Amino acid sequence: MLHLTYLIFLLPLAGFAVQVVLGRRMGDPLAGAVATTFVGASFVVGVLVFFALLGVHAPVRSFTQSLWTWLPVGGLHVDLGFTVDPLSMTMVLFVTGISTLIHLYSISYMKGDPDYPKFFLYMNLFVASMLILVLGDNLLVTFIGWEGVGACSYWLISFWFHRDSAASAGKKAFVYNRIGDVGFLLAMFLTFQSVGSLNYSVIFARLGQVSPGTITAIALLLFVGAVGKSAQIPLFPWLADAMEGPTPVSALIHAATMVTAGVYLMCRVNPLLHASGAASLTIAAVGAATAFVAASIACAQSDIKKVLAYSTVSQLGYMFLAVGTGAYEAALFLMLAHAFFKGLLFLGAGSVIHGLHDEQDLKRMGNLRRYMKVTFFTFAVAWLAIAGVPPLAGFWAKGDVLDAAWSRYPALWVVGLVAALFTAYYMSRLTALAFFGDDRWRTDSRPAGAGHHGGDGGRQPHESPWPMTVPLVILAVFAFAGGALSFPWYGKGTLLTWVDPVFGANLYDAHQSVGLQWGLAVTDSVVAIAGVVVGLALWTRVTNRPALENSFLRRSWYINELYDSVIGRPGARVAAFTASTIEGGIIDGAVNGIASAVRRSGGLVRRTQTGYVRNYALGIVLGVVVIFGFMLTRVWWS
Amino acid sequence: MPASQPFPFLTVLVLLPAAGAAAVALVPSSRTARWVHEALGLAVATATLVLAVVVAVRFQVADAGYQMTSDHTWASSLGIRWFVGIDGISLFLVVMAAVLFPLAMLGARARTDKRSFVAWILLLEAACLGSFVSLDLILFFLFFELTLVPTYFIISGWGFARRGYAAIKFFVYTFAGSAFLLVGILAVAFIHQSQTHVLTFELPALARTHLSGTEGVLLFLAFTAAFAVKAPVFPFHTWSPDAYAEAPTAGAVLLAAVMAKLGTYGIIRFDLNLFPEATHTLAPLLLTLGVVGILYGAVVACVQRDLKRLVAYSSLAHIGFIVLGTFALTTQGLSGGVLQMVNHGLVIAALFLLIGWIYERRRTWQVGDLTGLQKSAPVLAGVFTLVMLASIGLPGLNGFVGEFLILSGTFIVHRWWAVAATIGVVLAALYLLWAYQQVFHGVATGANAKIRDLGWGERLVIAPLVILIVFLGVYPAPVLDRITPSVNRLVAHVEQVTHDRQPSVATGGTGNTAGSAAAAVPAGDPPVQVRPVSVHPTRGAR
Repeated sequence: MLHLTYLIFLLPLAGFAVQVVLGRRMGDPLAGAVATTFVGASFVVGVLVFFALLGVHAPVRSFTQSLWTWLPVGGLHVDLGFTVDPLSMTMVLFVTGISTLIHLYSISYMKGDPDYPKFFLYMNLFVASMLILVLGDNLLVTFIGWEGVGACSYWLISFWFHRDSAASAGKKAFVYNRIGDVGFLLAMFLTFQSVGSLNYSVIFARLGQVSPGTITAIALLLFVGAVGKSAQIPLFPWLADAMEGPTPVSALIHAATMVTAGVYLMCRVNPLLHASGAASLTIAAVGAATAFVAASIACAQSDIKKVLAYSTVSQLGYMFLAVGTGAYEAALFLMLAHAFFKGLLFLGAGSVIHGLHDEQDLKRMGNLRRYMKVTFFTFAVAWLAIAGVPPLAGFWAKGDVLDAAWSRYPALWVVGLVAALFTAYYMSRLTALAFFGDDRWRTDSRPAGAGHHGGDGGRQPHESPWPMTVPLVILAVFAFAGGALSFPWYGKGTLLTWVDPVFGANLYDAHQSVGLQWGLAVTDSVVAIAGVVVGLALWTRVTNRPALENSFLRRSWYINELYDSVIGRPGARVAAFTASTIEGGIIDGAVNGIASAVRRSGGLVRRTQTGYVRNYALGIVLGVVVIFGFMLTRVWWS
Repeated sequence: MPASQPFPFLTVLVLLPAAGAAAVALVPSSRTARWVHEALGLAVATATLVLAVVVAVRFQVADAGYQMTSDHTWASSLGIRWFVGIDGISLFLVVMAAVLFPLAMLGARARTDKRSFVAWILLLEAACLGSFVSLDLILFFLFFELTLVPTYFIISGWGFARRGYAAIKFFVYTFAGSAFLLVGILAVAFIHQSQTHVLTFELPALARTHLSGTEGVLLFLAFTAAFAVKAPVFPFHTWSPDAYAEAPTAGAVLLAAVMAKLGTYGIIRFDLNLFPEATHTLAPLLLTLGVVGILYGAVVACVQRDLKRLVAYSSLAHIGFIVLGTFALTTQGLSGGVLQMVNHGLVIAALFLLIGWIYERRRTWQVGDLTGLQKSAPVLAGVFTLVMLASIGLPGLNGFVGEFLILSGTFIVHRWWAVAATIGVVLAALYLLWAYQQVFHGVATGANAKIRDLGWGERLVIAPLVILIVFLGVYPAPVLDRITPSVNRLVAHVEQVTHDRQPSVATGGTGNTAGSAAAAVPAGDPPVQVRPVSVHPTRGAR
């Protein structure tokens, strides 16, 4: 079964090809159903390969499949190779699983959109790219997927391209990711120079002969790539704008899968991080800082999707904190748990937006628990899970991250704990504003029919159809019980320990006593519950608290304004100056100046010339013909 | 002397379009149907393509030297010979040119005086193909100059508003560069004659000429003056935005995609072969011009409001990449440079064709006048997106392969030049995505809302380019396998003179550690690929 590995990404790619050719003809909803089938089939193949991999008995279960040689140039030899090992297999299962659910959800959510088939075309291509990313057996194949998901993200964010904000947001995402890509590219060049290969296994085998400074440089350059893709400080502003895309896109790409690619990459190159304490500390510090800053911003947003976007940035920060601490399994655990509950939160938000006819402002929601029961109950599970309330998945996953931080970087643990308090608070604020309080949407004065559902007959919020609610329920089960992947009392028998061989001795082990673990768990729980209580108390009845929603937080610490004034506007001025003064005035000016000087000085000679270039040109043709003719005669005689 | 092929493929390849041009010119236009000239031209161009494909199929993969050579005495008293041959460096340029000429003829037809138009285009094809296969310097020079003539007439005859200015500027500028080239060629030949008492212009013979350091540098500069203008390399590029913008679509396609390659090809074929020492000495200068071109072209492209000029400046940036890879003088850099010539040709041809089709529909290529085209022309938008992403360098499409090889090949010997060039990767996304957003996104109004999507004819013309762009991105191995041996031979030729070796990682030796003189033998057995370890004295990272 292992030889089916290539089908895992080929099936969604085939789905993409089918959509390109037949998408318009299949239309709504067949195109969506077909797309979902291809992704579901990929999940099934993933499960088959998973069981085949379990049958491999080796210290490190791993299977590499090479399709063909991609770049054969001298010492640079890169195969289009794919590896399944416990790490990539875990990613494959969760990516294909979540993708299938979100495709199913989208069949209904995107109903009636004029570009319905195109949506699924991009979604299938995205899944294929994401799977190439996680399966690649070398940095360059990973980079194919890395750029592929970036391109799909660009298309899907600007999916409703008639809106200028959507088109700009897509461009912004692409450009921010490209900035990170410079780091990724330079890391590959440096790797090639120092070890002569881009293959993960070769790189790790030859690490001993690379100087520590170079290892740190490679690790940090790869992290720059991860910072772009996973929206960390300082490259995070694009993710909030990315919410311009349809909500299933936000759930799949900008919460569950693509943005975790940076975390995956860091886990994949764990031997590099293990060999460089400086790089690890940098990653942990950036992660903790991002967790805190983004959580603070999320506290003041009033667009439901913006809250969730900053929440995602913040949660990704926790994952990098774990990676930097060396707690790779904790990072992976939180990545999975986050995929469940954040995917669920986005799909729930989509259900709310759908039910309220494209309303995204929290201040115009309220009391929806009475009208959207399934959405509310599933959303509540995700809310408590991300807040870290025991015994839901988020409690265990975030707990693992913070426990490791406590032992290795106590200062960062404090930052993480404060961010955890914020997390419980802003999620409770969101839930209070949307699902509790008064029916504020009744006093809504917006023009009717702004949404793509049209008609005002259904102003009453309604529950969504089954293709949307079924994924909600499935994800809610995982968000509730996902902690079972790695309960602490399992010891060495947890489900996640099957990835142990990938990390081996690189995994950080805090050796914490049971008492300390209990103490930390209680601290986490207290913080979570405090946040929930404060959030609900402050926001259930009151919808405006200017002191808590000051413009510093609302406008994301003025990060966009800062970049605009430091980079954007000066850059535009430099470009304008270059184009007009340097290009037009100096370089081309010199050329034209020389030309006119020659023309003036040639005034006398000019009389003997016609002055028409076409005459000279014809002269050249005649001359060439004469020369060729002369040569031909010589051939004849020789 | 390499053995001659029984059938002179390359000679026929050059003479066929030349004869076609004569035939088209001789068929009177008054008595015949209007399509006769175009049909005849297309038939000739297609026959040339078939012949080029035959040449590619017969090409011996592992043979690094010149293949399918024909060598005939022409003017024995002057030492000029009809000496043509092909190697991995020129093979794909020939194939690319042969692919693009029929497509340009089909995709961008003239409205007036079709007879002359088709004849000039076929003459241009003959001149371009002749330049790529010439191994005699005078023969090369004749073809190189001959390209100017049809280009001048195409721009001035079928161009846009400021065509007169653009055509004269193009002609005089490139012609001025060529004057240096002719002097340089004669000087090399006479120096060679003084050493061997044989007057010849054959490249393999002249490549063995002993030049003093100063002679080499001066001659290198003379040759490079012509090639740098033609390519165009920063800062000799200012003719190109005018020429590309004012030329008719077919002219812009062939000028930017094929003819400009004569410049970069000339640098690789003649500068590196004839003046290896000067190449090595002056490499930092050319590397700097390449990097400046990458960044400068991208920055200026960012403020263009005219699609054709925007593409012209993006082309300057891409030429910068080719120059960078060439003067890195490593296997990866130079192979990437050669491959990128082909890639750039395909991508810019597709871009100019698409922009030309937009012009046919809207009579403008001002970004400000176009908006929301994606709504009514989704296929046009989709193809444009793909070509644009190839130009930006998205992996899986052809542009990335060349860029990656160039940058990695440069990084291992000139780290900071490569770092600066990599920043160009961000800028490319900036201006192309901006232009795409302006033209294709947004709400279409007026004429933009009623724009016609690509017709079947247009789809058929663009399809081969799209297929090649994807194919070369996914499976470039067949091309690289043919390019690399010739590139290695050229790099070895340069190294033989300069006694300076490229790092062992570039050739397949392992374990060269940056910054520290680590052992060149791997610590453990590499688990995946085991390649022969060759240990050279290593050129340090600069």
